[in-house]
Amino acid sequence: MIELDNVGYSYGGGELLGDVSVQLAPGSFHFLTGPSGAGKTTLLKLCYGALQPTAGQVRVFDQDMRKLDRDQMALMRRRIGVVHQDCRFLDHLPLSENIALPLLVSGKDLNGEEENLRELMKWVGLAPRADAVPQELSGGERQRAALARAVIMSPDVVIADEPTGNVDWEMSQRLLQLLVELNRMGKTVLIASHDLALIRAAKSQVQARVLRISNRRLQLAGADL
Amino acid sequence: MSAGTIRSLLMGDKQADRVVPPTGFTARLTLFVSGAMAFLAVFALALSLASGRLADRWADELARSATLRINAPADQMADQTMMALTILRQTPGVAEARALTAEEQTALLSPWFGPNLPIDTLPVPQLIEVTETGEGYDQAGLRLRLSAEVPGAVLDDHTRWREPLVAAANSLRRLALVSILLIGGATAAMITLAANAALAANAQVIEVLRLVGAKDRFIAGAFVRRFTLRALLGASVGVVLGMGGVLLLPEASQEGGFLTGLGFRGAAWLLPLAVPIMGAAVAFAATWAAAHRTLKELT
Repeated sequence: MIELDNVGYSYGGGELLGDVSVQLAPGSFHFLTGPSGAGKTTLLKLCYGALQPTAGQVRVFDQDMRKLDRDQMALMRRRIGVVHQDCRFLDHLPLSENIALPLLVSGKDLNGEEENLRELMKWVGLAPRADAVPQELSGGERQRAALARAVIMSPDVVIADEPTGNVDWEMSQRLLQLLVELNRMGKTVLIASHDLALIRAAKSQVQARVLRISNRRLQLAGADL
Repeated sequence: MSAGTIRSLLMGDKQADRVVPPTGFTARLTLFVSGAMAFLAVFALALSLASGRLADRWADELARSATLRINAPADQMADQTMMALTILRQTPGVAEARALTAEEQTALLSPWFGPNLPIDTLPVPQLIEVTETGEGYDQAGLRLRLSAEVPGAVLDDHTRWREPLVAAANSLRRLALVSILLIGGATAAMITLAANAALAANAQVIEVLRLVGAKDRFIAGAFVRRFTLRALLGASVGVVLGMGGVLLLPEASQEGGFLTGLGFRGAAWLLPLAVPIMGAAVAFAATWAAAHRTLKELT
């Protein structure tokens, strides 16, 4: 699905990541961990094309990311659902329209998808909040809404950046549950998190691999977790 | 850009337009600016058409006419006039020669001397209006013959004062056309500024749209549609007001001279209707260019 081949990323002279090689196979479940500022978000951005690597090659769906033109990049993003760290909503639109935004921008018939949308909002437990604007939502609600928006296009890959960053343990368990369910439906899942307890909890439910960034290199973490 | 692209940019649905938050104040400013510009464009258009008409008329009508002025002592005036008329009627190339009546001469002079001056007591020369045929007459020959037989006659073919008038009318027309171009350019600049402001204010929105997989065309379309429709609406109102203003201008009249008759004639009334369409086209192009500049900086 997503392949990083000797990928490096530098900015303003300093190297943040180097020699990163990893393959996300279809249906796999990966955690990405490491200290704050190690480059977790950067690595995720390289995976969905928000950043271009300064070295090496990123291949998404067997295509070299660098060779995609702007429209192809847009089409690629419709196949990768991303839960951003700061959620990224349009603050003037109600929640239901924010979640349906990927459908709207890709020209899908919104009336035909109404049933799907309702079901999805029920799945993340936000059905009663459909008409709320994003500012009125709690942290957990925002994260769940972001997840709903990430999966509404039924993407092949779901990438989540600290999805449990500012929610309590119970809520993070719930979010994890949703991501595990997505994985069982065959989606490739990549989650950046520094919450080791969460990773341990996940390992009991799903065969998750843990990638760790340390000293600008990506390592496959062993059984120490 | 293909016709299909333009159509899909302009069509779009209500729901797609909602992704860009509404902006009350700048929207009204864009409306006002395009309205004001359209209003000015209508006047520039009227001026250019009227000065064009004027230039054509002077160049055309006056070129085919001349005036014969007879300065003679009062007792010889009638004889010399008769003689001149006879000569003129015999000259090939002269279609018509007509001595102005006393009333006509008074009417010509009264704007300068006032109505109360007894003009018939003044030694006013007799004027003869000469109209040429298409081929024209032999000027040098006519002058020679007149000087021999009607010593008091002076032939004036109007060239002397017609040329600067035609030149003035023509440069007035050029000026009006330049004004129309400037108005178009200023509208483009203003819309570009407004569109850039809107794009900058909505940078977050654009980024989110791009992240959830929107193509450039979708994002640009939301802005292009908005500004094109605003320009179209504003310019339509401006044109209606401008045409109303032109309609209220005084009719062309003898007394008003060449300053009246500035309005549109006949089919030319349809011309200002093109102004809103041009305004919308300018807004479309300006917003499209601005949106593409902004989007190029995003991944």
